Amino acid sequence: MSSFSVTEPSKRQKWFAGSLVILYALITIMPLIWIIATGFKSPSDAIAYPPKVFFEPSMEGYVNLFTSRTRLPAEELAALPPSETWYQELVRDNGMVITGPSRYGQRFLNSVIIGFGSTFLSIFLGTLAAYGFSRFKVPIKDDLLFFILSTRMMPPIAVAIPIFLMFRQIGLSDSHLGMILLYTAVNLSLSVWLLKGFIDEIPLEYEEAALIDGYTRFQAFYKVVLPQAATGIASTAIFCLIFAWNEYAFAVLLTSGNAQTAPPFIPTIIGAGGKDWPAVAAGATIFLIPVMIFTILLRKHLLSGITFGAVRK
Amino acid sequence: MAQIIVKNVRKDFGDFTAVKESSFTVEDGEFFMLLGPSGCGKTTTLRMIAGLELPTSGEIFIDGEEVGQKPASKRDIAFVFQMFALYPHMNVRQNISYPLKSQGMPKAQIKEKVAEVARILGITDILNKPVGGLSGGDRQRIALGRAIVREPKAFMMDEPLGALDAEFREHMSEELRALHDRMGATTIYVTHDQLEAMQMGDKIVVMNHGVVEQFGVPQEIYDWPATMFVAEFIGSPSMNFLEYEGAVNVGDKIAILGDVSFTIPEQLTAASGDLALGVRPEHITLSNSGDYRGEITATEYLGTTQIITVECAHGVVKVRAPAAQPAQVGDKVGVAFNPKTITLFDRKTSRALVSVANKGVLNNG
Ligand SMILES: Nc1ncnc2c1ncn2[C@@H]1O[C@H](COP(=O)(O)OP(=O)(O)O)[C@@H](O)[C@H]1O
Ligand SMILES: [Mg+2]
Repeated sequence: MSSFSVTEPSKRQKWFAGSLVILYALITIMPLIWIIATGFKSPSDAIAYPPKVFFEPSMEGYVNLFTSRTRLPAEELAALPPSETWYQELVRDNGMVITGPSRYGQRFLNSVIIGFGSTFLSIFLGTLAAYGFSRFKVPIKDDLLFFILSTRMMPPIAVAIPIFLMFRQIGLSDSHLGMILLYTAVNLSLSVWLLKGFIDEIPLEYEEAALIDGYTRFQAFYKVVLPQAATGIASTAIFCLIFAWNEYAFAVLLTSGNAQTAPPFIPTIIGAGGKDWPAVAAGATIFLIPVMIFTILLRKHLLSGITFGAVRK
Repeated sequence: MAQIIVKNVRKDFGDFTAVKESSFTVEDGEFFMLLGPSGCGKTTTLRMIAGLELPTSGEIFIDGEEVGQKPASKRDIAFVFQMFALYPHMNVRQNISYPLKSQGMPKAQIKEKVAEVARILGITDILNKPVGGLSGGDRQRIALGRAIVREPKAFMMDEPLGALDAEFREHMSEELRALHDRMGATTIYVTHDQLEAMQMGDKIVVMNHGVVEQFGVPQEIYDWPATMFVAEFIGSPSMNFLEYEGAVNVGDKIAILGDVSFTIPEQLTAASGDLALGVRPEHITLSNSGDYRGEITATEYLGTTQIITVECAHGVVKVRAPAAQPAQVGDKVGVAFNPKTITLFDRKTSRALVSVANKGVLNNG
């Protein structure tokens, strides 16, 4: 390319564009960095003003996140046998003893079960429905697709009260199954529409070739369509997971104990031991990890899928 | 290896009829061309034979067995798609072995077969490559490989050379024909290119608007078209028509256009009204004498021959003449036809009138 080319940007343009992207990345990543940093601050550093950029790292937030503690009078504390672990030590330095694990681990596990469970179900049902809509003559197809989309036209939380009552009636309140079904219902319209788009892009000939090659319709779907829809499935799965993972309003309303997910739990940490911001930040940091890993694992697919087929091969 | 009989097959898509009651027979081992302009129902016909589309009515026999409503996977037929439809997530070897896997063939045997097919097609060195970056020719060979590896009863090919550039088409069409001659498998080949059909086919069926216009060997179809459509579609330049009003009776040996009479093959049917006299460009001679005269309006030099356009009283005729023959635009010339090659058409029905010359051809179509 010559330097006069219309399509190839000049060095300065590239530099400018690059700086813009970096600046934007910095702005968006700032809160994240702040949260991760706060997780390693002491409670006083966390609320210091002016804010502390440099601080002495402390594990207090993480210890507080995973434990329940109780305050003991100094003389009782002194009478205890020497602490066995570094975190016992840390807690005692603050005049407390560990009474047991906190509920964070269990809430986190709930998030994993409900988040991944509903994502799997949304993708499973969504792929089958999308394939059906894409390949078969479905009566009133357009109306059905519009109906499916219309479930997204109001904020899901608008139906929270009826769902709350319904769930109570059929015993799904505060249950994993209930939350999985709810998040699947919300995500399904997105997944059907996105996946239909991806499957529409796959030429029919591939399946026909498989049929000619002696495979059944289902085998053709499974062995030829699915691998090629992988990109679309991956990006749809990420969208579904992010929604289910971060969902707060339904979780607050419909779960309280058994099936409570991490988002409604994390704010309650503040109440437990005064203004324990490092523990909150630690909880948020750990909470980010699964989505991050999931996204990184699927990143290869995501990059091509996120353009919704515009640059497919 | 099989004989294929298509009998009164029809296909409706809603209100639209893509193929009207069509019948033809493909003999065992034939290289059979399905020829017609775009949108005439060739692909639909081929897909019905393969089982990718079910006929609305009619019967299809493969190897004596009626398969009209059977799914594609049960028909033991191979299909080469226009855009090849190679599985993009598999490499070359996996693509070719895929049909064998469905039969549950042991791995070692699959390997052997794929190697053999790759050798025949000259693609041994790319067997382990992904299909993504390959050239059109290689993709074409892989598509063929996937078709032949299974030794199916018959091959269906839907414009298999359509996606290749002109230079390579020629080469590939020779390769295809050679491959067929070597394997002798019944093949139905769809094309809209009449030249390709004439060159490659043992037999041709010509379709138009979902109707089979004629079927037979290329030479017969070329010499004795059954309809005006076939006469125009096949041959370049196409058959000339001199349009006139008149009448023919059984036993007539002349056609009278205005005040000139032409000798024609003895007629076996009677017709009157709007008629046309059809004659191929190479069966016309120009001379200074002659009763039927016209004026040269254009000449087109083609190397060994030239095409001379002559305007006559009943229409424009194109004449294929030796390149050396002198011809000037504006010249008045006498036009004479080889009487043995003339076909009369009824312009109302567009059908050829039966004469002693074409009755053998028309009666089998
Ligand atoms: N699935 C379909 N639904 C509706 N119309 C179709 C379908 N497939 C083909 N057609 C129509 O049938 C006609 C014949 O198509 P086709 O067999 O593909 O023609 P060709 O292969 O000769 O170009 C075309 O007018 C086409 O639009
Ligand atoms: Mg076609």
